[in-house]
Amino acid sequence: MEPASETNLSSEVTISKKKKKVLTKDHWLAIGFLMPSIILILIFVYGFIGWTGYVSLSNWNTVVPDFSFAGLKNYIFLFQDFRFQADLRNNLFFTILFISVVLILGLVLAILLDQKMVRGESLFRNIFFFPMALSFVVTGVVWQWLLNPSTGVNLLLKHVGLEPKWYTDTSIIAGFELGKIEFGLPVAIISVVIAAVWQMTGFALAMYLAGLRNIDDEIREAARIDGCSEFQLYWKVIIPQLKPITMSIVIMMAHISLKIFDLIYAMTGPGANFVTDMPGVYMFETTFRGNYYANGAAIAIIMLLMVAIFILPYLWNSRREGR
Amino acid sequence: MPVMRLKKTVLYIVLITISLFFLMPVYVMLVTSLKPLGNISLETMWHLPPSIDFSSYAEAFSKLAPNFMNSVYLVVPATILSALLGAMNGYVLSKWKFKGADFIFTLLLFGMFIPYQSILIPLIQFLRDIELYNTIPGLILVHVVYGLPITTLMFRNFYANIPDELLEAAKIDGAGFLQIFRYIILPLSVSGFVVVGIWQFTNIWNEFLFAVTITQSDKQPIMVALQNLSGSQIVAWNVQMAGALIAAMPTLLVYIFLGKYFVRGLLAGSVKG
Repeated sequence: MEPASETNLSSEVTISKKKKKVLTKDHWLAIGFLMPSIILILIFVYGFIGWTGYVSLSNWNTVVPDFSFAGLKNYIFLFQDFRFQADLRNNLFFTILFISVVLILGLVLAILLDQKMVRGESLFRNIFFFPMALSFVVTGVVWQWLLNPSTGVNLLLKHVGLEPKWYTDTSIIAGFELGKIEFGLPVAIISVVIAAVWQMTGFALAMYLAGLRNIDDEIREAARIDGCSEFQLYWKVIIPQLKPITMSIVIMMAHISLKIFDLIYAMTGPGANFVTDMPGVYMFETTFRGNYYANGAAIAIIMLLMVAIFILPYLWNSRREGR
Repeated sequence: MPVMRLKKTVLYIVLITISLFFLMPVYVMLVTSLKPLGNISLETMWHLPPSIDFSSYAEAFSKLAPNFMNSVYLVVPATILSALLGAMNGYVLSKWKFKGADFIFTLLLFGMFIPYQSILIPLIQFLRDIELYNTIPGLILVHVVYGLPITTLMFRNFYANIPDELLEAAKIDGAGFLQIFRYIILPLSVSGFVVVGIWQFTNIWNEFLFAVTITQSDKQPIMVALQNLSGSQIVAWNVQMAGALIAAMPTLLVYIFLGKYFVRGLLAGSVKG
């Protein structure tokens, strides 16, 4: 498990460059310093994940703990369950829409704000940033009112003849039968995406702005001299340079959207026909409201695996490449 | 240059339109929460209040105040403790690397990304066993432990910018591991502590999943109380909006006054900054 690589996640030169020295007293002290944290993480992260995995294979679906072995029974139940199938569909479309809109809006805003001619740049920046300081619960409570079909934005939109049903809409776009559910984009998900985008676009914007400011002006100049139009400059030169940043944003947003819970719980709940339900909400309700601990544990393990698919290659690469 | 002018105008129109989208919820929150309790017709939701009235705030505050204080008792110690532990870990993992240090760092870092649902069932059992379930100290413990990865990451990146020559010089002068930390690293860490402190403060204040599963009724932090308030059918919605603003106020104020550090934390916390 331990390749003796000298690389690390951030760029730095370290003392340990003098290789293979006997560990001094100070080094042992350093390891001792680190020990409590390592032990805590081993127990609270890895130990507890193992324990959850064990619960997910048990029969503990009542108030009374029952650790008798159930095999994959809980997993099989979930994959045949209407609600869980709906959750996977919702989470898939939520993740795709949420990440794409955050990336595009964040990049567009960053490019606009990076133009030298914008006055009041910091005012605009703060307007786009501040929702990040808020809780998903606050966001959920407010957007619940704004996108309620009988209040909120519809009071304005009906003047132009529009009255979308927002998160109460149970229809599925381009739906077809798959398993027990209708697979397709649930219209209600769009409402949740709007709220999530409102909250998280600032993150992408901040990352892209930092990235744009790191790009040498000489590169822009050179491209302009070569006759690049402004559009080509961004499309062919700048955006490819921002690829590592785009990757980071995708990773951060993906792990937020795969485990999303509080926004949904505060804003819409599972919704009629579970059109806005998510694995995180199902896990919470079935475990802590319904006492189906083993089912809840199985949902949690599936969520963990989904996140791990994104995160592990990323962590592994960051470690190998150094930077 | 008319072309420049046109470009500039389009630019501003786009920026202002998107700004209006971002400010819309704030407008609704403010306008609604300042309306008198009797004046809650949904039809006039977008109208300015006929007169400024703070009775919604009074009512929301009387409902949320105990939970607000719970959050304060939670957030202050949890932030301080997790920042201190993060500084120690970051110091070791950036300046006292040993064989396997990077592996251990990656091991820690993974803890930042896990869905907390995957540790929740054992965690609650464990907290019950050590009799910290449904207590603020229990929540503090949880936030300190699961804050370790992010605070360690932030301090490790922060200390990477402190030149090693400084440490070498101190070592030649006979300073050891602890002296260097105490007399060289810590005095240079002020802005690091500000960034990490703000980050942890914001995250812990805003956190919901642990809060709603580990505490009940009178021990609940503010976000759970806000969610209960908005879930209740009998609470007028201008009280809900006032409640949302009260709950958001501490982190908003931090953002308004220390926004620069908030954004720095955000960049530092994204693994590769």
